[in-house]
Amino acid sequence: MRVGLFIPCYINQLYPKVGIATLELLEKLGLDVYYPTGQTCCGQPLGNSGYEEDAKGACQVFVENFKEYDYIVGPSGSCIHHIKEHFDILEQTEAVINVRKNSYELCEFIVKILGKTNLGASFPYKVGLHKSCHGLRGLKLGSCSERMDNYYSTEEELLKEVKGIELMSLTRKDECCGFGGTFSVFEEAISVKMGKDRIQDHLDNGVEVITGADHSCLMHLDGLLNRNNQPLRVMHIAEILNSSI
Amino acid sequence: MSHAKLAEIFNKDEAKVNWHDKALWYVREKRDTAAHNVKGWEYLRDLASGIKANVLSNLDNYLVEFEKNAQSNGIEVHWASNAEEHNEIVYKILMQNNATKVVKSKSMLTEECHLNPYLESKGIEVIDTDLGERIVQLAKEPPSHIVLPAIHKTKEEIDVLFQEHLGTKPSNGDPQYLTNEARKHLRDKFLKADVAITGVNFAIAETGGFVVCTNEGNADMGVHLSKVHIACMGIEKIIPKEEHLGVFLRLLARSATGQPITTYSSHFNKPAPGNVMHVVIVDNGRTEQLSREDFRSSLSCIRCGACMNTCPIYRRSGGYSYNATIPGPIGSILSPGMDMKKHSSLPFASTLCGSCSNVCPVKINIHEQLYKWRQIITKEQKQPIVKNTILKITGMVLARPKLYAAFGISVRWMLKYAPRFMVYSKLNAWGKARELPKVENGNFDQWYKKRKNNG
Repeated sequence: MRVGLFIPCYINQLYPKVGIATLELLEKLGLDVYYPTGQTCCGQPLGNSGYEEDAKGACQVFVENFKEYDYIVGPSGSCIHHIKEHFDILEQTEAVINVRKNSYELCEFIVKILGKTNLGASFPYKVGLHKSCHGLRGLKLGSCSERMDNYYSTEEELLKEVKGIELMSLTRKDECCGFGGTFSVFEEAISVKMGKDRIQDHLDNGVEVITGADHSCLMHLDGLLNRNNQPLRVMHIAEILNSSI
Repeated sequence: MSHAKLAEIFNKDEAKVNWHDKALWYVREKRDTAAHNVKGWEYLRDLASGIKANVLSNLDNYLVEFEKNAQSNGIEVHWASNAEEHNEIVYKILMQNNATKVVKSKSMLTEECHLNPYLESKGIEVIDTDLGERIVQLAKEPPSHIVLPAIHKTKEEIDVLFQEHLGTKPSNGDPQYLTNEARKHLRDKFLKADVAITGVNFAIAETGGFVVCTNEGNADMGVHLSKVHIACMGIEKIIPKEEHLGVFLRLLARSATGQPITTYSSHFNKPAPGNVMHVVIVDNGRTEQLSREDFRSSLSCIRCGACMNTCPIYRRSGGYSYNATIPGPIGSILSPGMDMKKHSSLPFASTLCGSCSNVCPVKINIHEQLYKWRQIITKEQKQPIVKNTILKITGMVLARPKLYAAFGISVRWMLKYAPRFMVYSKLNAWGKARELPKVENGNFDQWYKKRKNNG
């Protein structure tokens, strides 16, 4: 099994440690992981801003980089969702179809494709899980509070096996954090208010570390935590699953 | 003003935002509980979505069938291609009956057509009889929510409003006292009305009858006390058969307020002896929306308001921030079809979280349509130069890996070494209330290159 590691642009530039944790984790699982150099971005920021046409070049670069792999795995639900959902703007060649089909968010890949949940990690902290919308409602990583389906959560399946972890329950299980890509700057007031409210929910429920499968949400929350000096920190789920504290 | 601007103004009073958010979240939770109590809720949604898709594909036939059956029941049917025609038809009926006093139960269509100001300009008294609607009418405001029109008002504000308009005593916002006073005030209006106007929730092609759902019984009260009943409906309100009501009535109230059913589901089939009944069927842009393949399912909406209650943006920006007859997520996909220029900011008033599509009882893919409107609006409406330029350049850079690598390095360098006052300038909307990420030494690319044992 040849796995292509997809490191989203903002993680590459701003959170290399999240990329490192992802790679180390996949290698720990005994996989052949390749990191195609020359990666840029999936084009999501453009698509969500209404500039899908201008993202075609980025999408093509993505397909070129990853077309030869059996699986494409990335630590960001919304980027994977964009590839699966919005690469319909490209001509649907075999390469494009395969790339869309074989792209997986990290947690989903581990649970669904590898069939593993216990990764031997330990992390003795009180953790709150932020269920990012594109992963939850888009990729269906878990059941959604609006729908009357049986309960499940891919991320929780993994986190429950982490030694020492205490998963805290939230008052609003899956409300959006307000990041929303360029929404965060074009609708700044609401974006900030949504983020503040999300953080308050974690604080009210005794959370020490907010985690999630999409670091863009966590970047937004982290920006607020740092500005307001709040006693919480954010960590990508790959960092927790890769830790042995 | 754009949604962002109006939302920013609403957010100046954070306590009020919190109150508004909690009030609507309470309704969303009631909806969840009610839906959980229905076995096969998701199946019911599938059914409703399928019936509506069938309606939209056969709308012409169903409308003609409805007209024929309604006429044979003794109902007069009128067709209006736009808001002006609708208003003129209603006014003509009022004139034919020498009517000067009208009571009206809730109808978003008459809001859309601006019927009240039109009739008032002709000297007609129009009283909205739904309590929430009456409150906003007294305050000279439009509804801020389609099911809960006065949800933006606290009981204390209503207390003051009633003192001014209904001569009530100060009661510290006592809901029971205020409701009783409104009841007395409205009772008088009901008794003196010449004509009752209602909306239509479901018009049944098979029978030529229609159903109006209210919690206050105000539609019935108005109709029973007037000689003339005018019901106004959009062309999309048709359902094929009476048996389909079993699907929609189970979904509507649960989605709207978490009730198993509205207190009144009033079936109107023919006028009472000696009375007259009119139905005005209105297009007003709906046929055009029907022609837009990506957006046609927006016409399946049964106006439950669930998407507003669940929307984290609506809850924190208030109904008026949308500056449209139908606010919230569903309004944001309907309104650009009516006036794209005026409503061009609405599809962007969303994080595309998808909660709206999940609660929608007829499964409209609202958030996907928001995404699609964005693609059209950036092409057809002038965008701010800065936004346009930045995004076009971004697209160009992301298509060129080498340029992107150089760009990444320089942006990180700037974030690391530029003085704070420059990075956190007025242009940096992110940094107004948030810190930017702390830039580490090197990016993932650089780390990977230096690493040994790479695959």
